[in-house]
Amino acid sequence: MDPLHQFQINPLFQIVLGGYDVSFTNSAFFMVVAVAAIYALLVMGVANKSMVPGRLQSLAEMFYEFVANLVRDNAGHDAKPYFPFVFSIFMFVLIGNMIGMIPYTFTFTSHIIVTFALAATVFVFVTILALLKHGLHFFSFFMPHGAPIALAPILIPIEVISYVMRPVSLSIRLFANMMAGHTMLKVFAGFTVMMISGLGALGFVTGLIPLAINVALTGFEFLVAFLQAYVFSILTCLYIRDALELH
Amino acid sequence: MTDKSPPDPLDDLEARLRKAREGQRGWSGGPGSKYHRPPQGALGTAWRIGTELVAAMIVGVGGGLLLDRWLGTAPWGLIVMFFLGAAAGVLNVYRAVTGFGIAAGYRRPPGDDNERQDGDAH
Repeated sequence: MDPLHQFQINPLFQIVLGGYDVSFTNSAFFMVVAVAAIYALLVMGVANKSMVPGRLQSLAEMFYEFVANLVRDNAGHDAKPYFPFVFSIFMFVLIGNMIGMIPYTFTFTSHIIVTFALAATVFVFVTILALLKHGLHFFSFFMPHGAPIALAPILIPIEVISYVMRPVSLSIRLFANMMAGHTMLKVFAGFTVMMISGLGALGFVTGLIPLAINVALTGFEFLVAFLQAYVFSILTCLYIRDALELH
Repeated sequence: MTDKSPPDPLDDLEARLRKAREGQRGWSGGPGSKYHRPPQGALGTAWRIGTELVAAMIVGVGGGLLLDRWLGTAPWGLIVMFFLGAAAGVLNVYRAVTGFGIAAGYRRPPGDDNERQDGDAH
C-alpha cells in the first residue's frame, strides 16, 4: 500500500561492469520499449506512403508536423538543422510519459536521474553550440547589457548561476510533475482500498468518491504527460535559439 | 440545364498547396513572430515559479558546498553562494512573470518593441 513502491527500481538482469552495477533494470526495459515503440510507429507509419494517409501514417505525420512547427516558431530561422534533436527528445519524453499511464508499467520520467540526464544533454549541446557559433563572445552572455562595470562581481555570478540552473529546473519540472501525479493516483486508489477493508459494506459506497476523483485524475495525468513533453521540448527550442542568437 | 458541376477539387488543392508553401517559407520569417508560449494556467505558473526557486537554491547551495570542499573555505562559499542562488532564483521568477519569455533570456525577447534600441548587434 506504499504509494512510492511504484518508483522502485528492480534489476531484471544483474550486470556488473568494472565494479559498477550496470544491471538492466525495469527502468531501462521501459526505455527500450519506448524507443522500440517510437521506431515502430515511424517506420511502419511511412512503410507504405499513400496520398491519403492511413492511421499510422497520419499519426507519424502529425508528430512530425507538430515538432516542426514547434522548432520553427520557437527556435527561429536557423534552427532547422536541430529539428532531429528536438524531435528525438520530444518523442522519448512523450512516449515515456504515456507508457507510464498504462497500468503495471514503470514511468522512467518520474526519476530525476533520467530527466536530469536528458536536461544535461540539452544543456551541454546548447552550450557547445553557442561556443561554436559565437566563440568567446558567448561569455558576454553573462554580463547584462549596459550594466555598470562596478556591479560585475555580483551580476556575473548571478547570471552564471541562472544559466547553470537551466538543466536543474528543466529536469525538476518534468520529474516532479510525473512523480507527483503518479503518487497522487496511487494515494487515491489506496483510499478506496482502505475504506473497503475498514468500513466493510459502507466502504463500497464511500469508496466510490476517491475512485471518481481517480478517474478525473487519470484524465488530468494524460494532459500532464503530454504537456510536460511539450514544455520540455519548447524549452529546448528556446535554449537553442538563445545559443544561436545570443540575445 | 445549367452545367453546374461540383467545384473541381484540384482547384482547391492548388490554393491549399500555395498556402502551405507560404507557411514553409516561415522558416526564414522573423523570429518569434509567432512566439509560442506553453498554455499556462495558474497551476502552470505556480509550478514554474516553484521549480525555478527550488532549482536556484539547489544550484546555489550545492555549488557553495562544492566550492567549500574544493577550496576549503567553509563556510564562506556556502554563505555567499546561498545568497547568489537566491538572487538568481528571484531574478528568473521576475523574468518569467514580466514577459521576458519562458527561457532565461538575458535581453528582451524578439518581437518586443523596446528591443535593440541599444544598437546591439547579434
